[in-house]
This record gives sequence, structure tokens and C-alpha cells, in this order.
Amino acid sequence: MIPEAMLEFNNVSLTYNGEAAPTIDNLSFSIKRGEFVCLIGPSGCGKSTIFRLVNKLLKPQCGEIYADGQSIGDHKNYCGYMPQNDLLFPWRTVADNVRLPLEIKGGLSKSEMDERVNEVLKNVGLESWGQKSPSELSGGMRQRAAFARTLLTGCDLLLLDEPFSALDYLTRLSLREWLLDQWERDKKTILFITHDVDEAVFLSNRVLVAEHYPIDSLTSVDIPAAYPRSLRSLSEPGIADIKERLIGMLRKENA
Amino acid sequence: MKNNAKANLPAAILLFALLIIWQAAAMHMNAAYILPSPIQIVQKLWELRVPLFKAHLPATMEVVTVGLAISIVLGLFLAVIMDMSETVEKAIYPLVIASQTIPTTALAPLFVLWFGYGIWSKVLVTVLMTFFPITITVFDGFKSVKTEMTELMQTFGADKKQIFLKLKLPAVLPYFFSAIKMAIPISIIGAAIGEWLGAQSGLGYFSRRMMTQLDGAGVFAPILLLSIAAMVLVAIVGIFEKKLIRWRKDL
Repeated sequence: MIPEAMLEFNNVSLTYNGEAAPTIDNLSFSIKRGEFVCLIGPSGCGKSTIFRLVNKLLKPQCGEIYADGQSIGDHKNYCGYMPQNDLLFPWRTVADNVRLPLEIKGGLSKSEMDERVNEVLKNVGLESWGQKSPSELSGGMRQRAAFARTLLTGCDLLLLDEPFSALDYLTRLSLREWLLDQWERDKKTILFITHDVDEAVFLSNRVLVAEHYPIDSLTSVDIPAAYPRSLRSLSEPGIADIKERLIGMLRKENA
Repeated sequence: MKNNAKANLPAAILLFALLIIWQAAAMHMNAAYILPSPIQIVQKLWELRVPLFKAHLPATMEVVTVGLAISIVLGLFLAVIMDMSETVEKAIYPLVIASQTIPTTALAPLFVLWFGYGIWSKVLVTVLMTFFPITITVFDGFKSVKTEMTELMQTFGADKKQIFLKLKLPAVLPYFFSAIKMAIPISIIGAAIGEWLGAQSGLGYFSRRMMTQLDGAGVFAPILLLSIAAMVLVAIVGIFEKKLIRWRKDL
């Protein structure tokens, strides 16, 4: 076990029921506390399977997964998951949606919950939108609300599954910058799935590439650009080279 | 409200046209014991207003209320337990379907022998006809809850009870209202059939008595009252639904 790892896969394998070939084959990798790591790979390569293993919606046939130094088998509340669709419940107001993880965990009084909800809504820039219904929010605002809900799981490890993929281009650009601000302020560890190389390079310290199917290893590529980043950092020569290399790796897989 | 009136205008025009055709045909035939005209029916309704509204409508509504209440409880109960366990679903679902192949109308005279002329034989007919749409619609509602939403709840650490109370129950509410709106007319028909076959009061019973007296308008008048009652009840439920569920289109 790696001591400073926030998330660690140790020889994990998973074969879906009724399938001959494994989807995840003897995979090991780790993510350090406080890192922002993007996981990229072609569609259908099993990226989301990795998430489902981390949040225990799937159980690996062999291998161990550790979160914050503990095997996840008997660990609760170690990761907050943000799905691709915001999945805000339409019968709840925005504030009540964000409150959901607190309600489920229990142990807080109503006023304590209200306080936490208001604080996190303020942090994501939705303080005056709490009493609205989710349908009154724009796509970008809905994703911010979903992120706020993920924050209130109280976990240091956040799993974000292509959260911006359904948004229009400009909203996506501004939400990327917004997400980095959130990450720098909250000092969370983020694992972010995307198939957008630009997005991965812009956001992360490090990119993990799923090059092979089944996934038996993830190739780690460091992104040596300082934060805070702007759109211009993407066109610096060193970064542009890395982008090309990443695209090359994904192409090879597709060919 | 104005929009509503506009939306209903085509239906109102069509209804009016049909009534005029009916009126003309009935006047032409001039045999009120077979085909009373709409005007004769309304006149009859007015003449008989005291017994109809004071004795027979309350009697029928009592059967409808009791039958509908039992059907809702039974339907919800079956839907919930089928949703909780696949084994229960496999055991119950085919039986629920099979229960609908029973020709309730043909068996109803037997129910009168079993339960007498009181309210319970009619309630049984009503329940047999009404619990089915409630069970199936609400069960469909449970099945329609998005897997992703259930999984999201699981990642938050929710147990089965929390998933039921915070996700499934609110998600099924629109289906529940659809079920009730379907169930109201069916339960009224069920009650009327029950009364038609053996009762001492009720609109179905009254209609049948008029039949034996060859009073065509008297047969139709209580039936007109039944359909008005159904429409009023469905409208009331619709108002509640609008108040409670503003998010139906968002799911």
C-alpha cells in the first residue's frame, strides 16, 4: 500500500456477468491526496467501470481497492460521485437536492443542514437559487448544483464522470475554470473522466490514459503547467506536444 | 381558464352536434321507452331529483368510496411488495393479470348470495374491477424510476428505506394520480353493475327499476348522474394533482 495515496487499485480484475473477457484486467494505479487526475480513453473502454468499482456499485472478482489507506470493503463515505447527468430530483428544490447526502447520512439538525447547504450554494455561486426548482436552472447551473451536492457528501475524494459533456462549448469552458477554482479552494482529490483531451490537459496535474482493452494498465502523463491556468496555457509549446501525444495514444487504440 | 375553454371548444361542439342528432332521431322515432331524447332525460332527472340525490346517489357514492379506498390500499400494497421482491413479483403478477379474466359481471349475482343485498357484494364487484389498474400503473411507476438515480442514492450510502421514501415514493406520485383518475370511473361502473344485479338502493338499482317499468328516460337519468359524478371526482383529483406535482414533465 502506498502511504500518501488517496485512491489505490491493487491488481484489480472485473469481468461482467456472462462475458468471457474481463473489462478490467489486473489493474494497478494510485492517486495521491490533493491531485486532480483525468482519466481519458475512447468511449466504451471501461472508464466508467473503474468509477463503479470505486463507489462499490460493482465488486471486483479479485484485487483490492484502497481509499485513504483503508480497503473500501468496510469503508463508508469515502468518495463523492457526480454522474454525467445531473440527476437532480425534479420534485425537490435546488437546496433540497443539495441537502440530500446530508439527509441520508443523518446526525445533523435541520438548521445545521440549512447552514451547510447555504454555505455550499454560496460557494458554487447559486446562493439565490436554492428555492428554485431544478427545471428553472440552465444546464451549467444544474451541473454546479450537482457538484454542490457531491461536496456535501463530505468526502475528500470526488469522482466526476464526464460532468460537462452535455453542455454547450462556452459553458463548458467557463465551468472548467470554475471547477479548478473550486478544487484549489477545497483541496479535494478529484478523479475526472472525460474523452476530451483538451479538457483533460486543461484541468489536471496528471492524465491517466486507458490505452488497451481490457484495461490492464493506465499510462500516466504529467501536465507540467502551473495553476491557475487559462485557455492560453493550452497552446504553450510543451503542452501542445503533450496534447498531440495523448491524441496519438487514443488514435492507436481506435485504429 | 380562457385557454382551457378554448381547448375544450372542439369537444363541446362535437358533443352538442351529437346531442342534436340524438334529439332529432328520438323525436323521429317517438318511442321514449326505447330511445328517450336528451331533453326528456334531463326533464326526468329534474322530476326525480329528490329520490335520486337524497337516496340513490349517496348509496352509490358510499359503495364507490369504500370500494375505491379498499382498491387503493390493496393496489398500493401489491405494487409495493412486487417492487420490493422479484420472487413476490413472479408469484403475484400473473395472478393479478388472471384476476382480470374473471367475468366479474357474470359472477356478481353469486356475490349477492354470498354477501347479501347490503353494501359488501357491490364493494366486492367494485374492488375486483378497480384494484387492477391501480396495481399495474403504480408498479409501472416503480419500474420507471431511473436506475442511475437509485445508484446515486446508493453512493450516498442510502439504505432501502431511504431509497423508497426519498426517491421511489415521490417518483411514483404522478403514476399514482393517473391510476386514481383511471380508477374513479371504473369504480363507479363497478358499483352500478353491482347495484344493477341486486340491491335495495343506488343509481344502478334505480336504473334497473325504471327498466322494468319501461321508462326509457328513467333508465338514462341515473346513468347521466353517474357520469357527471365521475367527471366531477376526476376533476377534483386533477386539481389536487396540479397542486402537488408541478414537475411531471421534468422527469
